[in-house]
Amino acid sequence: MCTHCGCSDDATPTVTDLQSGQTAPAPVVHVHEHGHDHDHAQDHGQAHVHAHGGTTIRLDQQILAKNNRLAERNRGWFLGRNIVALNLVSAPGSGKTTLLERTLRDLGGEVPIQVVEGDQATLNDARRIQAAGGKVVQINTGAGCHLDAAMLGRGLQMLDPPADSVVMIENVGNLVCPALFDLGERAKVLIASVTEGDDKPIKYPHMFRASALVLLNKIDLLPHVSFDRARFAELVRQVNPTLPILDVSATRGDGLADWYAWLRDQRARPERLLE
Amino acid sequence: MHELGITQEIVAIVSEHARGARVTRVVVEIGTLTAILPDAVAFCFDLCTEGTLAEGAKLEIVAIPGRARCRQCGNEIALAHPWGLCACGSADLEWLAGEELKIKEIEVL
Repeated sequence: MCTHCGCSDDATPTVTDLQSGQTAPAPVVHVHEHGHDHDHAQDHGQAHVHAHGGTTIRLDQQILAKNNRLAERNRGWFLGRNIVALNLVSAPGSGKTTLLERTLRDLGGEVPIQVVEGDQATLNDARRIQAAGGKVVQINTGAGCHLDAAMLGRGLQMLDPPADSVVMIENVGNLVCPALFDLGERAKVLIASVTEGDDKPIKYPHMFRASALVLLNKIDLLPHVSFDRARFAELVRQVNPTLPILDVSATRGDGLADWYAWLRDQRARPERLLE
Repeated sequence: MHELGITQEIVAIVSEHARGARVTRVVVEIGTLTAILPDAVAFCFDLCTEGTLAEGAKLEIVAIPGRARCRQCGNEIALAHPWGLCACGSADLEWLAGEELKIKEIEVL
């Protein structure tokens, strides 16, 4: 543990290149370099107010400022290479990896897709993606419950995706924490499934609010589960009224043409550096 | 879970701005519409400050209630959750307050 700020260096995140088998540490977002030599100018514009024997320093600082800055750096990096980066978020077991495998097999010849896998541990998902023909790096977050912009930056260095490609970032299966951490992606795509509750949108409103598309997976199981599709849609509307929902089955193939059309549309509308 | 990481960020930012001085008080604003539990931050704060300049500092968390304006009828409403409907039935709400996640000020000796 760093005694200056209390940060932990146990369970350091790592990033593994499945092509070479090489593993390297993936630093987490941190506001200072270790060594702690802080050279500030004497007058740094902070308001100092003296009260009760102590000095009050007004900071007004966003707690996530550092991650947001690094996310913008990733965003610029994607923009420079004309890469569409999507942050795939979901609860564990919603079928993210199966959907990615299927997408790679169906679109791999048409769209260059590369993958960043995020999990607390194991290379299992990355191996599945590799078997489906995708170039992939695996980030293991260790104790972490989400990817952050610094981890993704390290993963991208290793993955080195080519210009005009699509980078799919499979975040840690978790509908809470990844909503807070911008990675620099074009959009978050939320994968829900009918084997989860139809009240997920109001149980995990932050993620539904932060996402640009919902893929409602395992739609082939709808006759066998008590999932109310209309209620789900109404709750999605209450949390995020413009959020589109596409019904899909990653195993049977239902609705995947719509997902691929959405993906092609994203590629057809490149972001501009200066609007 | 992410409150630990958030609290580590708070302590790191505070330690940097303290520039070697003992920190006695930290004021943080957390909007009630964020996915941050103030109790969890308070719990992590004592652990994260151990052995740092902010050890023993008093943490004050100011909760900012959620407020939104309806884009359909212009009505301003209080938001208890990060979703909701205006009395006119619209869910098209512009959030005005409740998303804050900020270190307001610190007190040093």
